[in-house]
Amino acid sequence: MNAHLDGNVLAGALRELFTVDITTATGQCVSCGTAGAMGEARVYADAPGMVVRCPPVTRVVLRLVRAPGRAWLDMSGLSYLELQLPT
Amino acid sequence: MARAAVLGRLTWQVGTVAGVRDETPTARTIMLDVPDWPGHQAGQHVDVRLTAEDGYSAQRSYSIASAPGSSVLELTVQRLPDGEVSPYLAEVLAPGDPLEFRGPIGGWFVWNPESTGPVLLVAGGSGVVPLMAMIRTRAMSGNRAPFRLVYSVRAPDTALFAGELANRARADAGLDVTYVYTRSTPPGWPEPAGRINADILTAGQRAQPGLSVFVCGPTGFVEATADLLVDAGQEPRTIKTERFGPTGGQQ
Repeated sequence: MNAHLDGNVLAGALRELFTVDITTATGQCVSCGTAGAMGEARVYADAPGMVVRCPPVTRVVLRLVRAPGRAWLDMSGLSYLELQLPT
Repeated sequence: MARAAVLGRLTWQVGTVAGVRDETPTARTIMLDVPDWPGHQAGQHVDVRLTAEDGYSAQRSYSIASAPGSSVLELTVQRLPDGEVSPYLAEVLAPGDPLEFRGPIGGWFVWNPESTGPVLLVAGGSGVVPLMAMIRTRAMSGNRAPFRLVYSVRAPDTALFAGELANRARADAGLDVTYVYTRSTPPGWPEPAGRINADILTAGQRAQPGLSVFVCGPTGFVEATADLLVDAGQEPRTIKTERFGPTGGQQ
């Protein structure tokens, strides 16, 4: 299945956990070092959770699974996130 | 609209359907009354959640069609033949019904009405909805940034907001609207039906300095359009994209 979406679809699920907007954040891929807006990452949302991949190398950078009362978040594919904050 | 307003964690809330408006035979706009709506940016979306009596729930994202500045939020929903959520929203939901949602969501695919640079909007099918919010916001804020909408539809009767776009193309100075028909054209249309191409996207001109591009539609449409634009010399970082699909994306 390669009908991926993009990082825009992550925004609601992550705003449930954090108070920042993930789509405007810059994330760096551990695997290839590319840094880009999370809004432009590839998102595969037809799995049991959301799987986010780095566009150039398609390595997994983030995974999120939600269940009643719980969430699992794996960000081991990201070396950093640079977040936009109010001044 | 404060761009960097302090956000809280997002929680579900309930709005009340104030009215519905048919847009095409398979799409309609839901007007949702949301007291204390904080406002939104043009291009943002909401998540909608439906819950069955047995507790099964399904959620989808829908782009906001209306401009900010009102407590009535408009969502334009295209009914998908095998959809789990859209048939209910596009056929069953009636004025007075409650609707569970959360938002506004997403700060990446947004147009800032304080910006003055030229903008190219490219829509595939119901991908026009967040772009319509940008066009409406531009008009409401008195912004004169040059806007060009290229709107790809299968056939004339599947085009959303056709009447309003025709009026705005006449009345909103600096707004240009170009249709691309992929299956069937209106009678007397000068071109045969066909896919979007580089000449249509660039209007035969060289890459425009300072041009911002927003592309929204099904994944294949967005990828093809972004590739055409990059091949035509448009800087990739100036192209913002939003894809939708049957499972989780904007519809």
